[in-house]
Amino acid sequence: MPAYAIEIILNRQLADCLSMPVFITDTAGNLIFYNEPAEKVLGTRFEETGEMKVETWSTIFKQQDDEGNLLPPDSLPLVRTIKDQTPNHKTFWIVSMLGKTEKISVTAYPIIGRAGNFLGAVAIFWQVKDAS
Amino acid sequence: MKVTLRGVRGSIPTTSPHMSHYGGNTSCAIVSEEDRILVMDGGSGMQQFNLPEGTGMNRVDILLTHLHLDHIQGLGFFIPFFNPENDIHIWGPASTTNSLHARLSRYLSPPLFPVQLRELPCKLTLHEIENSSFAIGPFTIESRFVIHPGPTVGFRVSNGRSVFTYIPDHEPALGANGLLPDTKWLSGFDLAVNADLLLHDAQYSYQQYPSKKGWGHSSMDDAAKFASLAGVKHLLLAHHDPAHTDAQLDELFADLKKRKNYSFNYELAAEGMQINLP
Repeated sequence: MPAYAIEIILNRQLADCLSMPVFITDTAGNLIFYNEPAEKVLGTRFEETGEMKVETWSTIFKQQDDEGNLLPPDSLPLVRTIKDQTPNHKTFWIVSMLGKTEKISVTAYPIIGRAGNFLGAVAIFWQVKDAS
Repeated sequence: MKVTLRGVRGSIPTTSPHMSHYGGNTSCAIVSEEDRILVMDGGSGMQQFNLPEGTGMNRVDILLTHLHLDHIQGLGFFIPFFNPENDIHIWGPASTTNSLHARLSRYLSPPLFPVQLRELPCKLTLHEIENSSFAIGPFTIESRFVIHPGPTVGFRVSNGRSVFTYIPDHEPALGANGLLPDTKWLSGFDLAVNADLLLHDAQYSYQQYPSKKGWGHSSMDDAAKFASLAGVKHLLLAHHDPAHTDAQLDELFADLKKRKNYSFNYELAAEGMQINLP
């Protein structure tokens, strides 16, 4: 398989150095890398799972609003970024497969390479500390 | 395909007699086949190069990996530029901001240089490349962006029988974990895979590299590991640090060979070296 574009490789190298959970997808939304902090969120290790198809990793969480209503996938930052190739941000609740509920903010940005082409997307998860 | 090294020093030309074996000229290699000549990079090693007389050859293609000064400083002294009968093509990486012409003109214009690009008497054509594939005479060439500050490409040159890969400035180990053994995540891998000959950045010793991380260059150890992962047959370690004397380079290389046991052929690149590929 050909190597990824260096813009993708450099995003992975950066993610390796960060303490925030970072997810990197290709242009179709397949998860091609997640860093160690993200391993804690997913409950799996990248070395064990390798890359994950979009249909696999998109089922690991349920996303809810403050009232507990399920959020449609199209409203999620990473999905919007992959679709529109624009940065997106949103705060919501996630429920993991183990039933753990957590309020998070997600910032997603597109990776637009030097040649101006869309290469993939990055999502950063921020744990929200509720004032209450 | 004949590959001749005319400059293998990194960063700045050196003139010390203690560096004369490996040479002091900055990046330049000549690749020739039949009646076509490729000039890889325009460092100080390109000075005194000229087209062979009496052959009717009047075309030269200059392939620039990037526009750092040690890769273009020879351009102002490139003899074929000053012959109006010559047809010269420069291929260099595109940028998202300025054209190749505008960026080269920063150097080839006053106050840095008295002659401007537009004043050169030859027929000059500029080509902006990215992750590109193109053909020049008997050569097919792939360019790919590689990890180095600013738009920088490496080249994979094939004559249909052999492959020469040229990546003189490259830091594939940039990151928290160094070189990633999964080659999908290895900058430059597609250029180097199974190459017959690879000229690769090896500016630092493995002890020096940690303090130079992010400067865009490789240690000798990482260059050799990169070549090993890519299945290269013959590796030339190049872009020698301007502070390294011949004796120090020999010492560093001997230490590398003592610590690492690779099955492929690898050696230090030296100015004047010629390699014939089928």
